[in-house]
Amino acid sequence: MPAPSPALRALLLALVLLAPVAAGAVQPEEVMKDPALEARARTISAELRCLVCQNQSIDDSDAPLARDLRLIVRERLRQGDGDEAVLSYVVQRYGEFVLLRPVLAWHTAFLWFTPVLVVGLGGLALWAAARRRRPAPPRGLTAAEEAAVAELVRRAESR
Amino acid sequence: MLIEVGHYALALALALSLTQMVMPVWASRAGDPVLRSITVPAALATFACIAFAFGALTYAHVTSDFSVQNVVENSHSMKPLIYKISGVWGNHEGSMLLWVLILALFGAVVALARNSVPPVLRANTLGVQAAITAVFLLFILVTSNPFARLNPAPMEGRDLNPLLQDPGLAIHPPLLYLGYVGFSITFAFAIAALIEGRIDAAWARAVRPWTLAAWCFLTVGIAMGSYWAYYELGWGGWWFWDPVENASLMPWLAGTALVHSTVVMEKRDALKVWTVLLAILTFSLSLLGTFLVRSGVLTSVHTFATDPTRGTFILGILVLFIGGSLALYAWRAPTLRQGGLFAPISREGALVMNNLFLSAACATVLVGTLYPLALESLTGEKISVGPPFFNLTFVPLAVPLLLVVPFGQTLAWKRGDLAAASQRLFVGFALAIAVTLLAVAVTWGGPVGAPLGIGLGAYLILGAAFEIVTRARAKTVGVSLRRAAGLPRSAWGTALAHAGVGVTVIGIAAQAWSVEALATLPRGGELRAGPYVAVLEGVLPRTGPNYTETVAHLTIREGGDPVGVIEPGKRFYASRNMSVSEAGLLTRGVSQVYASVGETGTDGRVGIRLYYKPLVLLIWLGAVVMALGGGLSLTDRRFRVGAPASRPAIRDAAGPVPPHSVPAE
Repeated sequence: MPAPSPALRALLLALVLLAPVAAGAVQPEEVMKDPALEARARTISAELRCLVCQNQSIDDSDAPLARDLRLIVRERLRQGDGDEAVLSYVVQRYGEFVLLRPVLAWHTAFLWFTPVLVVGLGGLALWAAARRRRPAPPRGLTAAEEAAVAELVRRAESR
Repeated sequence: MLIEVGHYALALALALSLTQMVMPVWASRAGDPVLRSITVPAALATFACIAFAFGALTYAHVTSDFSVQNVVENSHSMKPLIYKISGVWGNHEGSMLLWVLILALFGAVVALARNSVPPVLRANTLGVQAAITAVFLLFILVTSNPFARLNPAPMEGRDLNPLLQDPGLAIHPPLLYLGYVGFSITFAFAIAALIEGRIDAAWARAVRPWTLAAWCFLTVGIAMGSYWAYYELGWGGWWFWDPVENASLMPWLAGTALVHSTVVMEKRDALKVWTVLLAILTFSLSLLGTFLVRSGVLTSVHTFATDPTRGTFILGILVLFIGGSLALYAWRAPTLRQGGLFAPISREGALVMNNLFLSAACATVLVGTLYPLALESLTGEKISVGPPFFNLTFVPLAVPLLLVVPFGQTLAWKRGDLAAASQRLFVGFALAIAVTLLAVAVTWGGPVGAPLGIGLGAYLILGAAFEIVTRARAKTVGVSLRRAAGLPRSAWGTALAHAGVGVTVIGIAAQAWSVEALATLPRGGELRAGPYVAVLEGVLPRTGPNYTETVAHLTIREGGDPVGVIEPGKRFYASRNMSVSEAGLLTRGVSQVYASVGETGTDGRVGIRLYYKPLVLLIWLGAVVMALGGGLSLTDRRFRVGAPASRPAIRDAAGPVPPHSVPAE
């Protein structure tokens, strides 16, 4: 990954430092009147990344950009968009980077299937190991051994 | 002068640890046990030197010696004493010094430990530990010298990052490092075993206390960090799936697996090859965490000032230790003899399940943390992997793991009986379902998943309690109690730790019912969250030692009666031109009312955010209970008195024998 240029770094640092450290992010005036819509807005916001912050959702961030995105989300909801439509609206403008839950596609297949892969392959390895290490099933006696056993039984009985 | 001596002590420690590293190798070549015994005083001397260096740096911070660059950058003469001391490790150089201090501390404790570690194993372990110490000392001396002077010395320092000016900084990093670095001992033992080509139950017994101790520290350290983030960051979250949090969670998951697999190895001489690999991986993940925090590849709240040379150096260390140890493993592991057989339905089997799911969880966190980096460098595509992804993948792995826990405790070694175990757990199951239904009834109409989480937590706690009850049950209550008291402490420790997991699960599940309210309040305005109402009594300015503060004075009422006062504030640190919010907390039992202040408007209204967080303290209390369980296990008789095989059996069945009364051989 190429390191960000010093100027960009300074800019990012300035953004981080200058962002007002208000507690929490969603400001009272942003809240929608309809509690159902507001709840949906909060759920959607938790899925969207604040692009200028480090690992914060727009729901948690105080950065001005996050605020703009929150307002966009609410505006789309007010227009009657479904949750998916709102997300794809934001993705169209800001790219896939904005999604905190990556889409399931070829380039993220490995990411999404890691848990299944580890449990599956691990389970398979365990099963194979258990099979390999199971003691061999008792094989039948050979004809000579059968005869020897019969001989012993006969002797014991005749005594 | 003291500063230069401190710097010199660090260089001396490097020389000593190099000696300590080389001696065991030389000794086995020369066949001279005297050379081998040098490792013990060398380990002690290394520790003494590093402790001196650390002391010198602390002295510079406490006396605000602004001729030292590290002090200038991270201290201020007006800073309270506790933050002058904790500020020593609130920066890259100082925290690295704490890292090697703890590394050397563990080395010294291994050198002094009186448990029955075979001398060759001990010497080799100390040699490996010295190699780690030497490399990190070199890193400090070459790239991150904390003793660099500044000439001319400024009159005043630039102060510590205000976010770090909190008692959390005094506790969280030392505990976390004790955990991270503690796994270095397990790693050193594993490498020593691979070099020797011998690994057995005695090895597991020697390693287990260190693993357990490191695990306990890491557990509390992570919990402490989580609580700190909860009250400091101001929006009431307790886990953010931040890359650096993930960096501490990965060794914890691997370490938890290791704590369990060493049990199998100690009791049944099985899973050896896997345990050694796990020991290597656990410490490798700790190193990876160090790399992620300090190299700047991932940025988060935790990252220290980034510097490409440091990143490259740590990457080199990473490649050396992880690559080297895995290569050694690939070469030597096939020579290790496989141990005891067991049926799939057995305690070993349950512990294997535990390891499988913990490994999968660990791999998921690892891949999730590094995937965006890898994808971007391979294809240039930028994606984000955040909390929604981790919640979605982690929970389905955690739930089956937790469901197995009570079974694992109940099943017999070698070959267990699932039907009998289920029968024994039946009452626990029934009670847990009753708890779930009760939770559903009480919170009718609320979130659906949460009662199930509460039920799962109850199931874990009941399962742990039933384990003790089953093992102690006798005809009369008196005999039962005596038998319970006579159970090995490790049995109690296991039960306690598993109950702790249940407590944490309940705390986490209950967060689905937390209530958030926000409003801009005029004086006298009210805001309700859950059963609590906050009344804004006023906003007042206040002055601290090195900051000015605006405090909102809130009275909390429940059903009309005032139950307490909280004062969330916003502090402004002029030295850094930076504001931080201070949450106000009111603890009611194990629940909390949480408030933070936002902007003050021109009309005098104040933005107030109020949360009701039911049972939230259980999240961290559960972690403390887990660590206490681990600690209790650590005091088990077999760790105090060494190998029981060579000693007379317990003489008094009613209670454990105190260590001094064990006759000397």
